[in-house]
Amino acid sequence: MENMKKEAMAIELKQITKTFGTVVANNKIDLSVRQGEILALLGENGSGKTTLMNMLSGIYKPDSGSILINGNAVTINSPEDAIALGVGMIHQHFKLVDALPATDNIILGVKDKGIFLKKSRSEKIAEIIKRFGLNLDPEKKVYQMSVSEKQTVEILKVLYRKADILILDEPTAVLTPQETKRLFEILLLMKKEGCAVIIITHKLNEVMEISDRVTILRKGESVATVNTASTNAQELTELMVGRPVELSIEHPETYFDENLLEIHHLTVEDEEGINMLKDISFNLNRGEILGVAGVAGSGQKELCESIAGLLPVKKGAILYHNENIVGKTPNEIIKMGISMSFIPEDRLGMGLAASMGMVDNMLLKKYNEGKSPFVSKKSARELAKRLVEQLDIVTPSVDTPVRRLSGGNVQKVLLGREIESEPNVLITAYAVRGLDINSSYTIYDSLNEQKKKGVGVLFIGEDLDVMLELCDRIMVLCHGRVTGNVDTKHITKEQLGLLMTDAGTKKGGV
Amino acid sequence: MGALGSRTKQEPFIRVVKKTEISIGKTFLLSLFALIAAIMAGGVFILAIGQNPIDVYITIVKGAWRSSIATKGTIKIAIPLLIAAIGITPAFQMKFWNIGAEGQIIMGGIFATYFALNFDYLPHGILLLLMFVAGMVGGGIWGLLPAVFKTRFGTNETLFTLMLNYIALYMIRFFTEGPWRDPASSGFPKIATFSENARLDRIFGVHAGWLIGLVLVAVMFVYLKYTKHGYEISVVGESINTARYAGMNVKRIVLRTMFISGAICGIAGMTQVTGAAYTLGEGVAGGVGFTAITVAWLSKLNPVIILVVSVLFSMLDKGCSVMQSTFGLSSAVSGILQGIILFFILGFDFFTRYRFVFRKAR
Repeated sequence: MENMKKEAMAIELKQITKTFGTVVANNKIDLSVRQGEILALLGENGSGKTTLMNMLSGIYKPDSGSILINGNAVTINSPEDAIALGVGMIHQHFKLVDALPATDNIILGVKDKGIFLKKSRSEKIAEIIKRFGLNLDPEKKVYQMSVSEKQTVEILKVLYRKADILILDEPTAVLTPQETKRLFEILLLMKKEGCAVIIITHKLNEVMEISDRVTILRKGESVATVNTASTNAQELTELMVGRPVELSIEHPETYFDENLLEIHHLTVEDEEGINMLKDISFNLNRGEILGVAGVAGSGQKELCESIAGLLPVKKGAILYHNENIVGKTPNEIIKMGISMSFIPEDRLGMGLAASMGMVDNMLLKKYNEGKSPFVSKKSARELAKRLVEQLDIVTPSVDTPVRRLSGGNVQKVLLGREIESEPNVLITAYAVRGLDINSSYTIYDSLNEQKKKGVGVLFIGEDLDVMLELCDRIMVLCHGRVTGNVDTKHITKEQLGLLMTDAGTKKGGV
Repeated sequence: MGALGSRTKQEPFIRVVKKTEISIGKTFLLSLFALIAAIMAGGVFILAIGQNPIDVYITIVKGAWRSSIATKGTIKIAIPLLIAAIGITPAFQMKFWNIGAEGQIIMGGIFATYFALNFDYLPHGILLLLMFVAGMVGGGIWGLLPAVFKTRFGTNETLFTLMLNYIALYMIRFFTEGPWRDPASSGFPKIATFSENARLDRIFGVHAGWLIGLVLVAVMFVYLKYTKHGYEISVVGESINTARYAGMNVKRIVLRTMFISGAICGIAGMTQVTGAAYTLGEGVAGGVGFTAITVAWLSKLNPVIILVVSVLFSMLDKGCSVMQSTFGLSSAVSGILQGIILFFILGFDFFTRYRFVFRKAR
């Protein structure tokens, strides 16, 4: 240990502070990574992880503090500077040109000498692929790739630029358990090669599995750095949240026996005529939580929006109490007395009006009630105030534009409004995305409350561990098809993972 | 290691950083600063042409209000500006970029003129009511057209409304030289002056347009803030997806709002032909439709502030023309001076959104 410390750190951040207006995103953060080490950067949403890493990759600049790379103080003005210093970041959202093959995406923007040296570049790419045992055909076009392949291209891009410091921003969010395992193998190989790797995540089991050390951020401050070997998930959670938390989800039994929603052979196309949902059939019962699992972009969004009447349906029927609601406008669906609450994944773009306050947002679906030409805000104001109390929403006032609230609070405003409308069917897409752990559990509790009241809940989720605990059944979507509809009592996470990929479909088909 | 050092660049000297939202008080203070900066910059220009800035500024302010005639003149300039800016407001609130107020004013004027020329035997009140409605319909149609195309075919409303302005403008020329040409005027083609019966009444010495404007300010304020329509407009402006999600009929809202927007601009055209010019000429709108965009935007789409800003704009306009004659300056000078003042006031908007950060000394 003593020997290691004398060596220069690959990265050393000292007293980094970054503010946005009055918000202190990072407050005097210290962090260091050695060569050949994997550091997990753990923290809840809004704790400043991404901000900190964006300063390393040249997207933001710190207000104060210093960055040392291999022992030298540096100023990073742009992502170009960062790459010149050997720092490569793999973002959550891929930045690739869909129409081009992997090779072209990788060499795009690299200022190598020569114009026609594509061959030698390809050789170089092939060599990296071999060295790290990557699973990728460099001539495959990006639009034909799976999410995991696209991520591999992003990693290759960074390696091709000879980065030896790698930052991955929540790389597993879009991967199946099997793909995650594959990614971790690659990261371990990089570690062996002497790279310094920082992985941003909020999944504790991954931290325990892959990292050597963990730095925990809370509310913009680094609260601790611990060796992974000498800690456990419970301790990490407490460091992350700042107090002990109970990590279990209730799973109440209900005894309703009634079909609420029946979907028959639903097929939905996007604007270009590509099938987003193919021949989907399932039903949703009273008093149950039906989980919908799948890799991002498998048709979850289309499923939600077609049930809510926002997307045209090409074929099939959606029966609500045996009445087909396909072809009706959202307004008609609301007016038919169907209380169906849909919590879209794009909160500020769809569920809420961002520059309006909570009061005005409460009115969104019922402003049109009554014959008077004027909007009545009295009951909306009362409702807003009640929600603030019930759900601990942090806001300066109920008239503050909701876009000024933090992600978690925005989520609570939306969910609170939808639950207050006393739905029969509640559709939630990524209900806890962006929430801290405590708020997440508040949301799980209130979904269970709804379930006990006999509401049918369609829960589009991403964390399989949570879904296995919370849901009664899980339906798996893959490329717009249903590849499984299983009771959570009889399935494991790995089996779900298989269903989420093509591999699962093929096996299931045989 | 040496190579690494040489790669390291220095931090840029100035950076632009987005501000958090600032309070109303600070916005007001910034606007005051903008005004002072504008006056000083204009002063430098006046000095450069050999005049005393203080005298010139006093003349501008006094010129706009020095006599009841001057005051009436200022108000007369303010009327179409106010009405058109109020007209633009609901469209802009919906983020429908209606650049076509100019054309909508003209169409309002054309429709009203038709009744003034052909129905002047009707009782005065009925005729004026007819012209008022015709003006609204004319402007409304001109506002509805781009909305229909936008909702049906997704056309760009900015270009569409802009192009309609030119069509409207050339329609006046068509009527002037063709069907509505006044046979009594020899040589130079013009449309006949309206008969006494087809002219808007005066209230306190200025045509009644000012009263219409004030009523519109109040109506628009209530409409946007307290009605269901106003709520719908805000939500559609915020996000079309949110509006759809809430079960709103977005197309209907867009069409309705653009009709209202155009109709109000049409009223401005009607009051111009029947209250100010007593005829229809190519100058009926005279750029008011564009100035109104500036007024509405500068007022942050608040009808009450629009009232204040449009009066200030007209004061500048009227005062500058007085300054021109008093000091014997060309109209270009007052144009430049107005430009400088506007540039500063509009430019200061930048500082309400951004601030500069200077490199710290190490």
